[in-house]
Amino acid sequence: MDVPLWSTALFTALMGLVATVVALPLALGVAWLLARHRFPGKPLVETLVALPLVLPPVATGYLLLQMLGTDAVVGRLLDALGIEVVFTWKAVVLAMVVMSLPLLVLTLRTGFEQIDRRYEQVAATLGASPWRVWLTVTLPLARRSVVVAALLGFARALGEFGATIVVAGGIPGQTQTLAVAMFTFIESGRDAEARTLLWMSLALAGLSVLAAQLLQRRGGRS
Amino acid sequence: MSVLACEVQIMQGAFTLEVALSSDARVLGLAGPSGSGKTTLLEMLAGLRRPSRGRIEVGGIVVFDATRRIDVPAHLRRVGYVPQDGALFPHMTVQANVLYGAGGVPGRTRALAASGGTAVHDHPEPLAAVEGEARRLSARPTLASVAEALDITALLPRPVTQLSGGERQRVALARALMARPRLLLLDEPLSGVDRARKRTILPYLRALRDQWDVPMVYVSHDAEELALLADEVCLLEGGRVVPSGHRHSAQD
Repeated sequence: MDVPLWSTALFTALMGLVATVVALPLALGVAWLLARHRFPGKPLVETLVALPLVLPPVATGYLLLQMLGTDAVVGRLLDALGIEVVFTWKAVVLAMVVMSLPLLVLTLRTGFEQIDRRYEQVAATLGASPWRVWLTVTLPLARRSVVVAALLGFARALGEFGATIVVAGGIPGQTQTLAVAMFTFIESGRDAEARTLLWMSLALAGLSVLAAQLLQRRGGRS
Repeated sequence: MSVLACEVQIMQGAFTLEVALSSDARVLGLAGPSGSGKTTLLEMLAGLRRPSRGRIEVGGIVVFDATRRIDVPAHLRRVGYVPQDGALFPHMTVQANVLYGAGGVPGRTRALAASGGTAVHDHPEPLAAVEGEARRLSARPTLASVAEALDITALLPRPVTQLSGGERQRVALARALMARPRLLLLDEPLSGVDRARKRTILPYLRALRDQWDVPMVYVSHDAEELALLADEVCLLEGGRVVPSGHRHSAQD
């Protein structure tokens, strides 16, 4: 029994949204640290964050799978808590988060680095605590980068394939995303369905990237 | 108790800044060629840059002491800093800018006044400090009074992107003043405005000095500005203070 194509598209968009919401705070923290602080082990963090960008996605997925297995610490911990990740929607989100994180961090880091530090310094001399400076000066000044990063990360998450298929499988109606479903249709020669999914992908990802581009252009002008 | 006493050293590559000064001036002028370390010194006083060693005292309170490992963070020092172009927050209106520093201060001032209050019973010597604080509280700058003094009332609802150079400087001064600093550092506040405009802003700076009794360190290249504002001028060259024998009083 086939799952309706629109339902696969909706599921993918929803997972992409959840992944973006999960990844954004994490990326904000990491990008801020990398942009504004020097600390021991910084190159290591930079490498770790960039790794999913260059590693074959399947390898990243396999790495995650190993970490979530009951032989590994993380896997055992989750098992003890009764949380099942592998081959569930959580694995879809996990794969999307890990794969979109480099893009988010890179975009946000550039955004933070473009902010003149003097605004933050002056805010401090006006009595604002570091946390207040971050919330009232840094974040508002980086707001455009935050939106652009979220849009790009969302678009990247939608297209996730390699890592997703390894940790989440492609269970129709449960963990099957647009990209995985499209691959399945192409493999089995069902071109009509594959083409419909292609249009859906183009629309979703295209709109996100277009919005990000328009925002960046507006940022460049003002 | 001096307004400002510091003895600091910092090394940046080949450049070494080593400054010792103590001043009671209401306005201490800081002059010297570019690259002499004026901005670096201000940043250290404000807590934005950490000296390699030394000690900084503002209004009798130690805010930095390398040997005692004291380093009061910038947001607790109450040392205001107005950089060259004002650095107004571009995402806020003029009013939001001016009120930015006013928010966090009352609590801290209360705490300071309270600690001063108990100290009176224990030791007699901080009495002068308490009186000074009381006087400052009575002359507490309000949005209306500061805006009026600096002639920016009409600008308050505007976004800061629509201001002229001179207006930006006045707004930056108002913002710094509203945070009620114990010392105000002005880094060439008039270098970005033309000569005619300078003459219109200088009276505001004098009013600032006289009306709110805020001690200032005023960095400038301009002898005329320094003569009009500073009680005492300190000359910095190559990271060192030119010996006090060569220092001149600007009011001669």
